[in-house]
Amino acid sequence: MTTSRRKFIKISALGLGGVAASTTALNMFGASSYIDELVKENVAKNFKRTATYCEVCFWKCAAWTYTDEEGSIKKIIGNENDPHCYGRLCPRGTGGVGMYNDEDRLKTPLIRTTVNGEETFREATWEEALDLIASKFNGIKEEFGAESLALIKHGAPGKHLEHLFQSFGSDTIAEPAYAQCRGPRETGFSLTFGSWVGSPEPTDIRDTKCLVLIGSHIGENMHNSQVQEMSDAIDNGATIITVDPRFSTAASKSKYWLAIKPATDIALMLAWMNVLINENIYDKEYIEKYATGFNELKEHVSTFTPEWAYGITGIKPDEIRKTAREMASASPSVIIHPGRHVVWYGDDSQRARAMAILNALLGSWGRRGGFYFKESIKVPEFPAPEYPHPKWGWKEIGAKYPLAQMGITTEVIKCAIPSEDNKYPVKALMVAGTNITKSIPNKKLLEEAIDALDFMVVIDTMPMDVTGYADVVLPECTYLERYDEIRSATNREPSIAVRIPAVAPKYDSKPSWWIAKEIGERMGVGAYFNYTDYKEVIEWQLQQMGTSLEEMEKIGVKHFPRKSGPMYLNETGPHEFPTNSGKIELYSHELKNLGFDPLPKYTRHPEPQQGFYRLNYGRAPMHTFSRTANNPNLNDLKSENNLWVNPKVARILGLKTGQEVWLKNQDDIISTFSIKVRVTERVRWDSVYMVHGFGHQEKKLSRAFGKGINDTELITTVAVDPIMGGTGMRGNFVTILTENPHKNTEI
Amino acid sequence: MRYAMVIDTLKCVGCSDCVVACQTENDVPIGYCRDWITETVNGAYPNIELELKSERCNHCENAPCVRCCPTGASHQLDNGIVLVTGDECIGCGACIESCPYDARFQHPDGYVDKCTFCHHRLEKGQLPACVSVCPTKCMYFGDLDNPNSEVSELLKNRKYKTLAPEAGTKPQVYYLI
Repeated sequence: MTTSRRKFIKISALGLGGVAASTTALNMFGASSYIDELVKENVAKNFKRTATYCEVCFWKCAAWTYTDEEGSIKKIIGNENDPHCYGRLCPRGTGGVGMYNDEDRLKTPLIRTTVNGEETFREATWEEALDLIASKFNGIKEEFGAESLALIKHGAPGKHLEHLFQSFGSDTIAEPAYAQCRGPRETGFSLTFGSWVGSPEPTDIRDTKCLVLIGSHIGENMHNSQVQEMSDAIDNGATIITVDPRFSTAASKSKYWLAIKPATDIALMLAWMNVLINENIYDKEYIEKYATGFNELKEHVSTFTPEWAYGITGIKPDEIRKTAREMASASPSVIIHPGRHVVWYGDDSQRARAMAILNALLGSWGRRGGFYFKESIKVPEFPAPEYPHPKWGWKEIGAKYPLAQMGITTEVIKCAIPSEDNKYPVKALMVAGTNITKSIPNKKLLEEAIDALDFMVVIDTMPMDVTGYADVVLPECTYLERYDEIRSATNREPSIAVRIPAVAPKYDSKPSWWIAKEIGERMGVGAYFNYTDYKEVIEWQLQQMGTSLEEMEKIGVKHFPRKSGPMYLNETGPHEFPTNSGKIELYSHELKNLGFDPLPKYTRHPEPQQGFYRLNYGRAPMHTFSRTANNPNLNDLKSENNLWVNPKVARILGLKTGQEVWLKNQDDIISTFSIKVRVTERVRWDSVYMVHGFGHQEKKLSRAFGKGINDTELITTVAVDPIMGGTGMRGNFVTILTENPHKNTEI
Repeated sequence: MRYAMVIDTLKCVGCSDCVVACQTENDVPIGYCRDWITETVNGAYPNIELELKSERCNHCENAPCVRCCPTGASHQLDNGIVLVTGDECIGCGACIESCPYDARFQHPDGYVDKCTFCHHRLEKGQLPACVSVCPTKCMYFGDLDNPNSEVSELLKNRKYKTLAPEAGTKPQVYYLI
């Protein structure tokens, strides 16, 4: 099958003659597509570049924003000195201009009001909106305590609000990046190596000889430096092994693609351990020197032969042995990649443990071409009084998940629902920089909780779906229009990057640091915001670090020497790992003491009923979650998601590529919108696949509204990880409806 | 001087960064593009092959678009780059029809537009925008008349193909396979 964007372009050229004919080459340079050199030269001379780091995703690549003499943003180019992007942004970073230009942006503060018995928003001044928030927050603080004010946040804006909440005494803070994303792997790797993986992952991909991806689709997720290093690894002739029920882009670059039956990854990994140990091809010296619990592990995996795993995973014993040997021959320059979005089946910390153990057996942690010891530089904290100590917070709320290392969004949200057992009543919620209706599963629970709240504030740049639930909506300006925290990179060597506004905030939008400060002052905690402009904070911090804003404006990124020692294990002496035993813990006493399996086990997970297919979801390289769907540049590349269906299934159901269908899940939840079928051999017959982040319900998103299906609304069965509270979302099954189930209802 | 582009399909992940970079560099209006991604899938599960690649004007040595242009707006420079002079273009569309790669389109301002190999950047010693941003570094650009250039070396040492060679256009965008 070949898809060509050309066809689409042709149609739009014929049908939509008037599409965005605004600032074109013609207007700028006269009637020539071939731009006159002199004119171009002159304009180029006047381009000004401003240092920033990207906020279209969490990778935070340092970049230069180019503005012309009229002060409009022309393009954004990666900073060559930045270890997150090496001078090359991904499509989202390059398309960051669209975030600024999007005419659907939130433009003024909005306050919920009732007109003729109907709830609606009215435009408000900042003064009014901030006064209302402060008085509501203060009222709740007085009546229930500051702890009852909760924050769910993401990214750079979240940091400023976190400071606000901690200033007035609340630690009731969580982010979907933990329990809906990478939490389990942090727990699994911490238990084994004593330190979590973190972001960016300290994978030494550029020097690896063998990269093993288990459900991780690098290349479709554009985790920039990793994509670049994977490309270097391909150049260097590294072997890539991809385990995925779907033929991902990474699978197409792999020497081995193991087309695994979904939900059986742990069985495969146990069999790999069995082969490595049985055939004596694990890194004996490394294990002897640095690890404990090997005998227990050996005993544990002795029966998990490739033949045993074959019946579970569908991967032939021979393939399992071959791939295990391939890893062993590359050892220690081999990476079992920890993945990123790893909340799948509820035993996800254990799957992460299996990955960590494999890395240990292959001797790759702390080795060149495996995992390096990352380092960052601490940015000194701007002087402020000590935070008050809340009586309870995210830790207490998530206490039944003993190894949770951060707030669990779903548990925080549940606290908004009044009940007798609820010791931690959440009364108000602020949501900053995350569209929780598309990042947190189980919409019914979410809506019930939101409904029970006394007050809700949403801060965003766009009218995302979540804004519709708010009492007050605050328009944040984009990253191109504000100062923000100094980005301290955790990498091979420490570095920092700054974000400097290239243009003034558009409309009546404001930076989050300003919003936090204004609310703080109104709540009587102004002492924590001892500055008039966040620029002063950065200036002070940079000075402490031996540089200056003036220097950073010129260079954007600054590197610092390592202080923690070498990047890889110093093999001559002993090494203490930050675990309880000081060794790599193959067998986990900590898990055992808490009543969990000390070694990972394979558990059978639910499978689809007749006529249902497992709902798998993932990323497209040009989009980040649901936040970019309306970005004019990125929407132009991909405006909706498709439902990937195996040709065998399509034949049985009579489906054709391009056909409009609806989905119904195992709990009888029907998708709000339709999705177009894409018949492709790249997906298994027992599952369907779609890119996450589409199906927006907010009509103000003029490009994204109603396009495609929101996978999250079909995720109503959640398998919670008992170890750390992650919400396993890959156990949902859908049936395909060819008739419009909403024919007689209005959406 | 013979400019050519070499694209390594073994590295391309089809992310479309080349498309956005071209749009912002060349003020290509949203809804249009001078380069684009194609995806080709062959085989049946689980024996599948996938090829992703970035396509654009091939700056053909034997360019049908230049030959069929009634006004001379479509022309070729000595370095091989095929260009359109907008104010000489009457928008007749003959070149669009003649191109076997579907690389040209009618700009909303009336003239025909397409990839210029970022000629304005080359003059300043910069690579085309698409090549300069590609996160997989799968795109190479240079002079095929120079036997020591990176592109010449790649074509010497690697297997490659061109698109629609049967059209006899002698395309100057090469794909490593």
